[in-house]
Amino acid sequence: MSISLAAEHGKPLVDDRAQSPLAIRGMTVSYGQKPAVFSVDMTVRAGAMTAIIGPNGAGKSTLLKAALGILTPLAGTATVLGKPVATQRHRIAYVPQRASVDWDFPTRVIDVVLMGLYPQLGLLGRIRATHRAKAAECLARVGMEDFAQRQIGQLSGGQQQRVFLARALAQDAELYLLDEPFAGVDAATEKAIISVLKSLRDAGKTVVAVHHDLSTVAEYFDDVFIINTRRIAEGPVAEAFTPRILQEAYGGRLATAQMDAIGASAG
Amino acid sequence: MILDALLLQLGYNATLVTIGAALLGMAAGVGGTFLFLRKRALVSDAISHATLPGVCVAFIVMAMLGGDGRNLIGLLSGAAASAALGLLCVNWLSTRTRLAEDAAIGAVLSVFFGLGVVLLTVIQTMNAGRQAGLEGFLLGSTAGMLRSDALIIAGSAAITLALVVLLRRPLTLASFDPEFATATGQNVGRTDLAMMGLVLAVTVVGLKIVGLIMIVALLIIPPVTARFWTERTDHVVVISGALGGLSAYIGAALSAALPHFPTGPIIVLVGFGFFTLSLLAAPGRGLASAVIRHRRFQRRVHLRQGLLALAQGQPIYEPLTLRLLRREGWALLDGVATDDGRARAAKALRDETRWQTIRSDPDFEAAAAHYDGLRAIETVLTPDQIEEVDRMIGAPRPVQT
Amino acid sequence: MSGAEFVPLSLVPMLIGICVAVACALPGNFLVLRKQALIGDAISHVILPGIVVAFLLTGAVTTWPMLFGAAGAAVVAVVVIEAVVRLGRIEPGAAMGVIFTAMFAAGVLLLEQSDTSSVHLDVEHALYGNLESLIWLDAVGWSSLFDRQALAGLPVELPRMAATLLFVAAFIALFWRPLKISTFDEGFARTVGIRTGPLGFALVIVAAIAAVAAFDAVGSIIVIAMFICPPAAARMMTNRLEHQLLWSAVFAVVSAVAGYTLAAFGPLWLGLSASVSAAGMIATLSGIILALAAMFGPHRRRGAG
Repeated sequence: MSISLAAEHGKPLVDDRAQSPLAIRGMTVSYGQKPAVFSVDMTVRAGAMTAIIGPNGAGKSTLLKAALGILTPLAGTATVLGKPVATQRHRIAYVPQRASVDWDFPTRVIDVVLMGLYPQLGLLGRIRATHRAKAAECLARVGMEDFAQRQIGQLSGGQQQRVFLARALAQDAELYLLDEPFAGVDAATEKAIISVLKSLRDAGKTVVAVHHDLSTVAEYFDDVFIINTRRIAEGPVAEAFTPRILQEAYGGRLATAQMDAIGASAG
Repeated sequence: MILDALLLQLGYNATLVTIGAALLGMAAGVGGTFLFLRKRALVSDAISHATLPGVCVAFIVMAMLGGDGRNLIGLLSGAAASAALGLLCVNWLSTRTRLAEDAAIGAVLSVFFGLGVVLLTVIQTMNAGRQAGLEGFLLGSTAGMLRSDALIIAGSAAITLALVVLLRRPLTLASFDPEFATATGQNVGRTDLAMMGLVLAVTVVGLKIVGLIMIVALLIIPPVTARFWTERTDHVVVISGALGGLSAYIGAALSAALPHFPTGPIIVLVGFGFFTLSLLAAPGRGLASAVIRHRRFQRRVHLRQGLLALAQGQPIYEPLTLRLLRREGWALLDGVATDDGRARAAKALRDETRWQTIRSDPDFEAAAAHYDGLRAIETVLTPDQIEEVDRMIGAPRPVQT
Repeated sequence: MSGAEFVPLSLVPMLIGICVAVACALPGNFLVLRKQALIGDAISHVILPGIVVAFLLTGAVTTWPMLFGAAGAAVVAVVVIEAVVRLGRIEPGAAMGVIFTAMFAAGVLLLEQSDTSSVHLDVEHALYGNLESLIWLDAVGWSSLFDRQALAGLPVELPRMAATLLFVAAFIALFWRPLKISTFDEGFARTVGIRTGPLGFALVIVAAIAAVAAFDAVGSIIVIAMFICPPAAARMMTNRLEHQLLWSAVFAVVSAVAGYTLAAFGPLWLGLSASVSAAGMIATLSGIILALAAMFGPHRRRGAG
């Protein structure tokens, strides 16, 4: 895939929506009278790990939520393998920002993971031993098997994040979308999460994560999507994650020294 | 007759009640504003329902002591005591247990009210001749009110209003920015207590006029209505007080003049009339202007996106975009740009490129921060600056179609 | 007390009380968890204008038009409140306060304006109902439970309330998973395709149906109390939603049985002649249970244990 810079207008894009596990076209979302995301196109590469980066308030999470239909966009469409997202939900697993959850809810960790199986269970399908085993296995993959019986609000931030990743694993999806999975988590959790995500990628799944730590982009991800209200750039880390593009996205908010470090790590 | 009532020509008692109601309405409108701004409007519902057991206990005690069970000051003191107890319960449940405030409010209002009803049935079994009138506290009743009662109500309404006016500054500060208030040395806990005390006073004084079920309307409807007309806290306070006073005045006067027009419901409905009017027609926050604004905004977004797509030769996926472009005469049925459309598309793309350029140039950082996809670049840059940007970009490129 | 007295006089009100309490407590669990506890308050206040309008339209105090009137008013209130919240950008509590007080005021005004002197329709009845009057005159003792002729004379409120309870329970059983997910994590619920908007509306409508069916028998106070108190107390007993619902049902039944008994016989034990309001006593008892749970419940605090 070649790098496409928004500044280089004028060449028609090939419509490669049918192949992409997540393709967004013309997405505009607005809170009140100011668009948070304006006319954004995004084409996620199958089988890759993509980071969505950009400064605070650049519309990273908003883009993801609008693509999933959690927010209603002012304009724009999102497709999974060429079909509308609404018909393809079984292919998608989403890990929300932890803030959106009712932590006081009466539910245990293992119940939360089981929720990942609800779509395949339907309204009344019985939860069988195989389902419980599957939930326990997903919990073990994120290293949380010892906490299965705890109430969800009693865990630390990092532990909660791992439980939500386990729920996403239980969904057996093809496309994993994560909203700031590393925000406010401890180093051990960050390591555990990234290794799970890499194993998903190695199994042929597609991973997209909103990410805010520029220093780990090159280490963790294959592709990068840079946004600041509009799409700034999109492509493999080696090509799109450059100081010049970051300067455009972050403006003066990025110190030169920081840029050099990124340039070196990405280079 | 109605005019007579509005001009306070209907006799001493009716006049006292009308003035008392107006004063109470003002006090409620002002006091309710702080409750509303603190997002605790429905706490008043718990307070008002919690007055019932107090009224009943006061009646029972006074009757058993051999006095007149209907002594208004006694009944209102009982109401205030049990309302305060109810308020304490709400606060205790929502801070000391995992219960959210709304559940605490609902629990307290229903349980206290239930207990009050039990006590009402107890009173019915007591000396029957004396129990008359307590039901009046449910829905309010000003008909046949004793002169002394009317005086008490008008007087305490005036005192409540004076207190609200006196306390408006600390209350404004605490409801707008509690942390700043604390930093300036204000005791926010005590201010909150004062606010609740005022709400309690309004509720208790209003019991006889509006009744405990509808008294919350006096505290909630005026501030919500006032909020439509202004973005400034001090203005909300004034407008809300005026609306509250006006609703209560008109309501009480109408009720005095017309048969079968109970005071409480009329006051509430007059206030609701102001609310409906404001919801629909207020400039800025009103419904009509919001709908118009949203439609305009959506149109701008779609047109802009459509032009950019035309300029870059991209297909337009959205029917609405295409329809708007066609209506402007910028595109044809199949999404191909007209001459006019091509020219505008070129301009849109040129502007977009200018924006991209200034966003990656630290010298223009302040101007670039205005970027939201829609803003015309001429509004943030001078013609000279635009020329400079254009030099950086190079000559305009022709648009492909 | 012998069956000959208990069955005709107390059995039916007690059973109705139980059905009302459980039918309200079950959806109440979700309302409390969703921070919509006061929807129950709003619904029960607009029942009065609903029945008044139904009375004015039909000119008679008959059951079904009134139930439809009350249900219609509840739906109108819920829709208008939601519209005011969204369109007027007003926080839900304040919007509720505006709408239900205005509707209640309109109901009282209509009642005053119309000639209802000939019929039994008053505010007090709508507020506290009259559980005690629902007696089973045809019964002579426990044997009447098997007597077809006596059963035909059963107060119609009992089968109606039992059917309502079944309906509410069936709704919650059927939509258990979507309700649970969307209450816990609405964003996630939407990504798996649950339409959280319509589901939330359906929940409120089911609660309204329970409230409307119940108010006729018991008045609107115990409706509000049962929506909130048993679920709130149950939340402090357990950290599992399944167990919370069971606890809330148990608390609801205990409130109903003990409340009715205390109201009917408590004054006698104290040497007084008459009984007191059963609806008020049931609400009071549910409050006492909540107070006990709030003081001693194992999971009464946030975060801890």
